[in-house]
Amino acid sequence: MLEVRNLSVEFNGVKAVDNVSFRLDKGGTLGLAGESGSGKSTIALAIMKLVVPGAGEVLLDGKDLLKTSEDEMTRVRGARISMIFQDPFTSLNPVFTVGEQVAEAVRLHQGMGRAEAWSAAVKMLEAVHIKDATARAHHYPHQFSGGMRQRVMIAMALACRPEILIADEPTTALDATIQMEIIQLLKEVQAEFNLSVIFITHNFGIVKAFCRDVLVINKGRIVEAGSVASVLSNPRSPYTKKLLDALRIINRE
Amino acid sequence: MVKSKLAIFGLTVLGLFILLAIAAPVLAPYGPDEIVASQTLPPSSSHFFGTDDLGRDLFSRALYGARVSLSVGLVAVVISVLIGTLFGALSGYYGGWIDSVIMRFVDVMLAFPSIFLILAIQAMLTPNIYNVMVVIGLTSWMGVARLVRGEFLRIRELQYVEAARAIGCSDLRIIFRHILPNAQAPIVVAGTLGMAGAILTESALSFLGLGVQPPLASWGNMLMDSQAYMFDAPWLAVIPGLLILVTVLSLYFVGEGIREKLDVRG
Repeated sequence: MLEVRNLSVEFNGVKAVDNVSFRLDKGGTLGLAGESGSGKSTIALAIMKLVVPGAGEVLLDGKDLLKTSEDEMTRVRGARISMIFQDPFTSLNPVFTVGEQVAEAVRLHQGMGRAEAWSAAVKMLEAVHIKDATARAHHYPHQFSGGMRQRVMIAMALACRPEILIADEPTTALDATIQMEIIQLLKEVQAEFNLSVIFITHNFGIVKAFCRDVLVINKGRIVEAGSVASVLSNPRSPYTKKLLDALRIINRE
Repeated sequence: MVKSKLAIFGLTVLGLFILLAIAAPVLAPYGPDEIVASQTLPPSSSHFFGTDDLGRDLFSRALYGARVSLSVGLVAVVISVLIGTLFGALSGYYGGWIDSVIMRFVDVMLAFPSIFLILAIQAMLTPNIYNVMVVIGLTSWMGVARLVRGEFLRIRELQYVEAARAIGCSDLRIIFRHILPNAQAPIVVAGTLGMAGAILTESALSFLGLGVQPPLASWGNMLMDSQAYMFDAPWLAVIPGLLILVTVLSLYFVGEGIREKLDVRG
């Protein structure tokens, strides 16, 4: 349903993303794995057209998003493709209650009234297992812990029932135990909302726990692609081997 | 701690002045333009602030003058904050050539010594209270624009702005609903300090005869009227002077108080 063809992004002459092509099937889970600065987040931002790619196509059900107007893109973002970010401490607006922020997403796309959007927001907060959501919706982001904020972000991203969720290192800023809770929650909402997910991470453990397919990215290029099982058991690229070796060394210690 | 006490003092004084100004028709013992006694009487129990060179009650004039001076300050600062915020927001959010054009315009405006600019404009227009408000507002927004631009440059890089874009917010929605509320505190500080400046400018203009026109009283033109009697009736100069001083000082205290509160958090 989402196909990326020959995508390239340049910043000041440096190729951050270099001729990347892949596809995401309906209900699929695709991991983008690579070290910091490898260009994985830039791919995500380019799909959302939050950075403007130099070349390539991003086809959503056959329609090239890179050729659609900015006006039309605001109707795609949040409604058809959503994104959650790495740092839950800075990705919520400090001056609005979490209920308002989730409700805003609903009001933007579904033309609901204030009260209706609010109750939809409370329902979403319940769906991501925020306890006592009716009361918590009135709280501000600083009154939530990191894991809870990430749940709020997920509620915001899913409020308009998008088809695709891009998760940009959603667990990196969290404690190990909370990381697993969030992964668990993502699995659950993926099934519940019938989502296709692109999961960006540098952690092969998470790739293994969450994804069916994986792209290994280095210096803006795809160095290896395939199902998680085959890539992990039989890596062909030396870069993938190095990444996996690093993981094994840590595990052995 | 000391500063917050000063801020509370400032707020109290301002609140009191505003109440007195609003209640002027009730509180003033005489009409502001009414000739009620002999000229230049010193302060006494029947005329708290004495009488001026025409025999008008100075206390009544000071009350009515407060209305003019405070409302000129307030309206002028609202105009300057609105213009400054709009330009600053567009400049900081979009950057690029929009930023360059707006900021060069700000530089040009700042390059004029503003008091001469205001005097020149006022000399062409009929000097009345409304023109004074507008002209002061139109010539004092540049500081606010620079401040708001800086705030926008900082905030637009934060992740919640990107998150807002990712849920499908338009540029305008991001500017006014997501970024502006996060920039409001420094704007309030700038507005408070700007109001002090606007009151001083009004006084200066009226003192020079290009501001609020007699017989309408403002603290500035009361000062002007007192010039010739500086030695015979010093209270004519001292009283409006003190009123301006106390008001401006109070506004600075309040502004500094808010600024200090911000520093603690940020």
